Amino acid sequence: MTGTLTDTDIDIDVHAAAYRAAAAVPDPEVPVLTIEDLGVLREVSVQADGAVEVTITPTYSGCPAMDAIRQDVRAALGEAGFDRVSVHLVLAPAWTTDWMSEAGKEKLRLYGIAPPARAATGPVPLRLTLGCPQCGSGSTRELSRFGSTACKSLWVCEDCKEPFDHFKVH
Amino acid sequence: MTADLKQARRARIDAADLVRYALRLGDDALIGAQRLGEWIAAAPQLEEDVALANIALDELGQARALLSYAGEVEGQGRDEDDLAYLRDEREFVNAQIFEIPNGDFGRTIARLLITSAYQVELYRRLAASADPTLAAIAAKAVKEVDYHRDHATSWTLRLGDGTEESHRRMQQGLVDVWPHVGELFESDELISRLVHAAVAVDPATLEEPTMAYLDAVLAQATLEQPEASVRHSGGRRGIHTEGMGYLLAELQYLHRCHPGATW
Repeated sequence: MTGTLTDTDIDIDVHAAAYRAAAAVPDPEVPVLTIEDLGVLREVSVQADGAVEVTITPTYSGCPAMDAIRQDVRAALGEAGFDRVSVHLVLAPAWTTDWMSEAGKEKLRLYGIAPPARAATGPVPLRLTLGCPQCGSGSTRELSRFGSTACKSLWVCEDCKEPFDHFKVH
Repeated sequence: MTADLKQARRARIDAADLVRYALRLGDDALIGAQRLGEWIAAAPQLEEDVALANIALDELGQARALLSYAGEVEGQGRDEDDLAYLRDEREFVNAQIFEIPNGDFGRTIARLLITSAYQVELYRRLAASADPTLAAIAAKAVKEVDYHRDHATSWTLRLGDGTEESHRRMQQGLVDVWPHVGELFESDELISRLVHAAVAVDPATLEEPTMAYLDAVLAQATLEQPEASVRHSGGRRGIHTEGMGYLLAELQYLHRCHPGATW
């Protein structure tokens, strides 16, 4: 089969191009992360007639970034040559920070936001110490359980004294 | 219950019942969000401003999903905005506890403690609903209201077991809100029909676990459960308290003056 371009190969290329365009869309509130890093992008499918369907899921029910993400996905696919794009919102299964990629967590840390730690399971809920994303110190404390966006809480480092955001485990 | 059996039962319900049930849950969330939003720029400290705004935003998100679904099932072309902005007071079916005025911070926290404790129990069970949309909304919302309940609990402990003044005001907040607690656990014929179809959660089954949670928090906070001398009810039938008209006037003013206005 090598050397022949089949319809299936074309479909795969087209699908890959559509997926790459959608996956590269940055989150409007945490622009170092793409919607793929966040786990917000669930599916991209290309129909036989070339129409693209993108499925996204919100982080929190009230996340105000969803409308912006919807528009950004349309624009990104438009630039990649896809004119007919529909974006669907799904709620199930419910988004969790477990879907955030390891690369995404590292990007967050470098950006100055402490990434979510995997939720501790077991009979006793265990709170893990957060490392300061600025100086790496483990001596940190929570200032506020709520932060600048629905997905973050506010912390401060006892050593370097810098306040920092924590992307909450959810 | 198997998925097939659930689907079969779900298929037998009346669409109007499902619309009404989604509106009850959606109106609770919408009116709760509107009241909490009144604290923005007026909370006792900046962090609390952010906290109450974030809780309101979660509730608003839940309301949008529930009202959109109600409009979709109704099938008459009404969307979430039509339902939020263009219904009159008697068409809102939230429980009255969500609309009672904020009062001081103690009363707001008392209301949030009770409503979030109730919503945790509700959404936990509704996540197993035979209706896939309600189940999905509930599965998402339960993680959010659990966090709200934690927040209200930590304040109840600090205020109740704090100074003489904070204790007095937290206790008074509970006294103010308590006559509206019973309504949350009322069932009616609509509920019976939807419970039979495995779509709805019977509010009566939520009373025991909700009260057990509240009892434990109040005891630890050195607060007393108030005596319910009167019991208010009627929200599910569109009967509301004096504060509701003012709340809706603020919520709906812009949309009614400038229909279709967008950002």
